[in-house]
Amino acid sequence: MHEMSLAEGVLQLIEDAAKREGFQRVTAVWLEIGQLAAVETEALRFCFDAVTRNSVAEGAKLEIVDLPGQGWCMKCCATVAMSEHMGACPQCGSHQVQVTGGSEMRVKELEVE
Amino acid sequence: MCTTCGCGPDDVHIDGEHHHHDHGIAYRPRAKAHSHSHDHDHHDHSHDHGHDHHSHAPGTSKARMVQIEQDILSKNDAYADGNRKVLAAKSIFALNLVSSPGSGKTTLLCKTIELLQGKREVAVIEGDQQTDQDAARIRATGAAAIQINTGKGCHLDASMVGRAMEKLPLPEQSVLMIENVGNLVCPAAFDLGEAHKVVILSVTEGEDKPIKYPDMFRAADLMLLNKCDLLPYLSFDVDKAIAFARQVNPGLKVIRTSSTSGEGMDEWLQWIDAGVATAAQAQTVAPRTAAKVSYRPVG
Repeated sequence: MHEMSLAEGVLQLIEDAAKREGFQRVTAVWLEIGQLAAVETEALRFCFDAVTRNSVAEGAKLEIVDLPGQGWCMKCCATVAMSEHMGACPQCGSHQVQVTGGSEMRVKELEVE
Repeated sequence: MCTTCGCGPDDVHIDGEHHHHDHGIAYRPRAKAHSHSHDHDHHDHSHDHGHDHHSHAPGTSKARMVQIEQDILSKNDAYADGNRKVLAAKSIFALNLVSSPGSGKTTLLCKTIELLQGKREVAVIEGDQQTDQDAARIRATGAAAIQINTGKGCHLDASMVGRAMEKLPLPEQSVLMIENVGNLVCPAAFDLGEAHKVVILSVTEGEDKPIKYPDMFRAADLMLLNKCDLLPYLSFDVDKAIAFARQVNPGLKVIRTSSTSGEGMDEWLQWIDAGVATAAQAQTVAPRTAAKVSYRPVG
């Protein structure tokens, strides 16, 4: 959805870290993106390349770690796997499932020099 | 700022003033290595251009790992928390009104202000890409209004709202209505510091909007099904629309409204009153606790 905003958010965190940690170049960036976060990873890669031009992260490799979708089924009273947000519970078919995992959008770590 | 709409962070205007480099709020310009000097925020006055020589002694520039573990939207969320604290300190009940363009948000807002006149102070932040027509409509009702023009932007963010709040009279126990840019996609992801997102769906739209744009309906706590006076002329299926909305958000409260006929306005005003009472109570009981866990963009 907001891949350009997200890419800019990532760059902000990188630049803050650069000030804090005193590095001048980022060679790789690890992001954790939940399967239910509705992030188009290809669009995010494209935007990341665009916003990092002329920055400390120019040319950095972008590694995206997928986190699985999880929900709490109110009928089964159990944690179940979810592949889509409005998905039914794979055990009972109910839609009364609250998403509990897979919405993450996080910068995990950087390789810097 | 968002590829969905091709918008960028440049050109944000608050009541006609260009705020691009305004007193250090980090609404960042396009990333360029040498543009950092304008980009300090409230918490960080470093003007570092990447010349930290002391930490880079010759011969030690080997690759290393730096743990970050931060949410990508954490900057926005920090501004949102700041806004929420300002609002909580004055027991102000803030709502973020979201919908597609043309759902009748502004008309509903004008009607609401009219009905609250003499009972409750209302201030309004209007978000649109261009023009201050909506703020002018609100001011005509006698309420204070600030217009944010997002330029190319497709949504309001917490920093813009914080700046607008500084310019508005915000009396204790009043209501702050933030009318977001008409867009059913992007504003869902951005916490502005509000107590609730209120999504407005008009009956002249399709019943299936909630499942076509689930993020927004999931992010909202209340849905106003608006323009209900037109139902006799339309084939809109109210039950189906509500069922779709609850499919994406089982806990969603729904009120059927019409600014023209007045339908549902009493219930909507009662809901607002209850919210103001809760804001006041929260202030008495625990003035420093945040009212709500910020919404994580999902869907």
